[in-house]
Amino acid sequence: MRSCWLRAPRRVWAGGRRPRGSLTPPSSPVPAAAAPRPRRARKRRHRRGAPASPAAMSGLGAAAGPAWQRDSGGLSLLAEEPHGAAPVDFLQELPSCQSARRRRGGTQECRPALLGTAGSRGDAARAETGELADRPAREHPKSMAEKRRIRDSQQADTEHLTRWKKWRRTSSKSLKKALTEVKGLSSYLVLWRHDIHSIEGKFGTGIQSYFSFLRFLVLLNFIIFILMFSFVTLPTIISKYGIFNSTIAYISPKNIDDTCTIYKPSGNKGLIYFYTYLKDLLSGTGFLEVTSLFYGYYSIDAVWISIMRYNLPLAYLLATFAYLTLSSLWIIKRSVEGFKQNLVHDADPFQSYCNKVFAGWDFCITDPNAARLKHRSLQYELQTDLQEEKLKQKIAERKMGEKLRIYSLRIFINIIVIAILSGCFYSIYRVTVFSQENSNDIGNVNSQVNLLVQYLPSMVITLANFIGPLIFAFLIRFEDYTPAFEIKLTLLRCVFVRLANIGVLLFSLWSQIAGCGSDKCKPCGYNYKLYPCWESDVGQEMYKLMIFDFIVILAVALFADFPRKLLVTHCSWKLVQWFGHKEFEISDNVLEIIYGQTICWIGTFFSPLLPAIATIKYFIIFYVKKIVLIHTRKPAARPIRASSSNFFFLVVLLIGLLLAFIPLGFSIARIPSSKACGPFRNFNTSWEVIPDTILQFPTGLQQILFGIASEAFAVPFFVILCIMMFYVIALARAHKRVVEQLREQLVLESRDKMFLIRKIAEAQRYP
Amino acid sequence: AYKRFSELLPKEERENAYSARVPKSQILTLPELRANPFQHRICHVFSTSETGDDSMSFEDFLDMLSVFSDSATSDIKSHYAFRIFDFDNDGILDRKDLEHLVNCLTGQGEESQLSGAEMEQLIQNILEESDIDKDGTINLSEFQHVVSRSPDFASSFKIVL
Repeated sequence: MRSCWLRAPRRVWAGGRRPRGSLTPPSSPVPAAAAPRPRRARKRRHRRGAPASPAAMSGLGAAAGPAWQRDSGGLSLLAEEPHGAAPVDFLQELPSCQSARRRRGGTQECRPALLGTAGSRGDAARAETGELADRPAREHPKSMAEKRRIRDSQQADTEHLTRWKKWRRTSSKSLKKALTEVKGLSSYLVLWRHDIHSIEGKFGTGIQSYFSFLRFLVLLNFIIFILMFSFVTLPTIISKYGIFNSTIAYISPKNIDDTCTIYKPSGNKGLIYFYTYLKDLLSGTGFLEVTSLFYGYYSIDAVWISIMRYNLPLAYLLATFAYLTLSSLWIIKRSVEGFKQNLVHDADPFQSYCNKVFAGWDFCITDPNAARLKHRSLQYELQTDLQEEKLKQKIAERKMGEKLRIYSLRIFINIIVIAILSGCFYSIYRVTVFSQENSNDIGNVNSQVNLLVQYLPSMVITLANFIGPLIFAFLIRFEDYTPAFEIKLTLLRCVFVRLANIGVLLFSLWSQIAGCGSDKCKPCGYNYKLYPCWESDVGQEMYKLMIFDFIVILAVALFADFPRKLLVTHCSWKLVQWFGHKEFEISDNVLEIIYGQTICWIGTFFSPLLPAIATIKYFIIFYVKKIVLIHTRKPAARPIRASSSNFFFLVVLLIGLLLAFIPLGFSIARIPSSKACGPFRNFNTSWEVIPDTILQFPTGLQQILFGIASEAFAVPFFVILCIMMFYVIALARAHKRVVEQLREQLVLESRDKMFLIRKIAEAQRYP
Repeated sequence: AYKRFSELLPKEERENAYSARVPKSQILTLPELRANPFQHRICHVFSTSETGDDSMSFEDFLDMLSVFSDSATSDIKSHYAFRIFDFDNDGILDRKDLEHLVNCLTGQGEESQLSGAEMEQLIQNILEESDIDKDGTINLSEFQHVVSRSPDFASSFKIVL
């Protein structure tokens, strides 16, 4: 085979390895440097003896499959060719095959052959070292002995460089090493590393992604808490206790009716029952109302720390914007990394068969039971997908009459869904109004019923969140969609129900606060008799929602899951067995915590310490869910992939965040802030702090800022943004076209190659 | 890692674990590989044994761990994944390789394998998605291309000790 070695070096100028059928242009060496070189020392030896290697034969044999027979022209002739030695030999002598095999040949056979051909050796060696120097030895797909050789040759190379280059190279290497060390150490600091790893081993990466998501939320809430605490609560506490010579500045309100400023929170005086403490803890009234938990505590206009003036209202507002921005940026960053979106190619990356087959097996699974379940779930998934494809074909062939029937059925069911939703919203509205009216009634402030009445909105919302998904799952069966779309639509509807419920609650609260029927709000702009400090009231509602949510999760775990497991394992009645073990429904659990997180985001403006409560809540929920998972549930038969589930969690979380912007924006900018409490007493609305502060800036800066906010700037900015977007879309389309053309070209090249080989083989046989 | 490797050796050879070779049956007792349907292929691919008995030395063991670790580039992972999936060692993934691969994924045993028609359809779909030059087989660069677009690959192709 010496002739092939002579031929191979000539191909080295092209940049080395060119796998069969690839289209790297001859002049660019870069792709070659990036292509790994497979090592096949042993395979080469095995194959030398065989005249017609069955492996390459199978390559051709596979070519004789249905794909080939469909093609016209020379290919079908190829399929009929007797698979003799000639075409196979040619395939083996192709330059792309040769260069691949030369790399694979490794140490022993290559060297003597190369040494024999002196001129070629120089080329080969130059090409090799050119590629080797580009990457550290670690990134070469070879065995350890060969990697050592590569490292030695790299070091030998550096001897020849100038001192500057040598220093640069060594310093970059040591920097990389230091960075990897730091990364390795910091991975030990990651919260719950071992727990999540063991869950991954037993249940796979789908469920593990849920727990990683929980961990992410704990961290996010903790950071938000630190933000609010250090900028809002800490200065207030410092000034109230006079540390660091700090004093509080109260600016007396101007132009405000005195009746608006009356606010007497019912802090507990006199003989107090223990029961009252519990009630106050659960509903945020009483002694909790005057603590720093709620907005009413921060009735300070400015804090003087030695000589610095700390503008608390401005800090409060800016901290709110900061935590919202931080949350959105962090979520977007997390959803982008690890998800390679290919905008050029149409196929959905999550649902592609290649993704399921090549990346299907979780190599992290260590438990044989989990492995068996994974096998079954993979089989189920593949079968479902194949069936779905057949179903899609069937759908495409539907006749007109059937289509009409199905569309009208779908419209009808959607109307039912909307009716159910409106029913939910209306009931929440009525219950909130009822609860607000009755809990403010002084008569039964201390009765037990009062607590129930206060928690009524939370209970109704939880009930709606529970019943809604059941109804949707039942209804969607009639709509005759493909299974994957069914799941997506049900999820979308559940998400909508959960988040819209919070919106309706807030809307009904506002209708109470700013609902001015008969001159109730004239002096102050809001219903000052019932709600002298309305932000604290909203904060209390959010607090109640959060506590109730937490109680419900704990209760469900304790009273529904464990008894169910005991019942199913020890009781052998048919009915109970049919009920079966509860599966770990990831989507339901995720929607639960996203609902809690949305409440936290909305509530933090009205109750700055709420993120701390949320952190503790999620911390406890992690352990509860982990115990429930390990002891009671069996993994779901329908597998959820880690990447698509991560993306789904983050998208829904982002929707929750965006939905949280709306009520916050509304209450900051529209509703007059309460004049009796809070840092915004001297402003009409909370937003007014900012224009006020800007007016204190130098005139030049003022003009710039007002200019940015005006229409003269916004409209051209918007137009430029649109132009850029259209440009990027056009670029993407052009790339897509280029890719299509290249693909067609590849197919043609491959056909040409086969055709030529056949011709040469014929010519050889019949000279 | 060294500790785990030396645990696999019988007691007498533990001192010179650096140069010893562990037979394949011992390697397969590792919990990470025990439940893996590709265990035989992994041993085969990473073993540098001259005699072809798929035994692994400590260096081979390190090789394997480094490829499956979090910090390996996706290039390396896809390269080795290709070699692991290539059941007949011919440098390309043809229909038989793919069939074997799918059967490994769905599990051993008659009832857990896909029917003939389903297998045909599945392989047809896979080739449609990944075979760029339409020769009926998947070579290394096509494989790497399709895997680079697969979002699950990096997270599933890893073993952490």
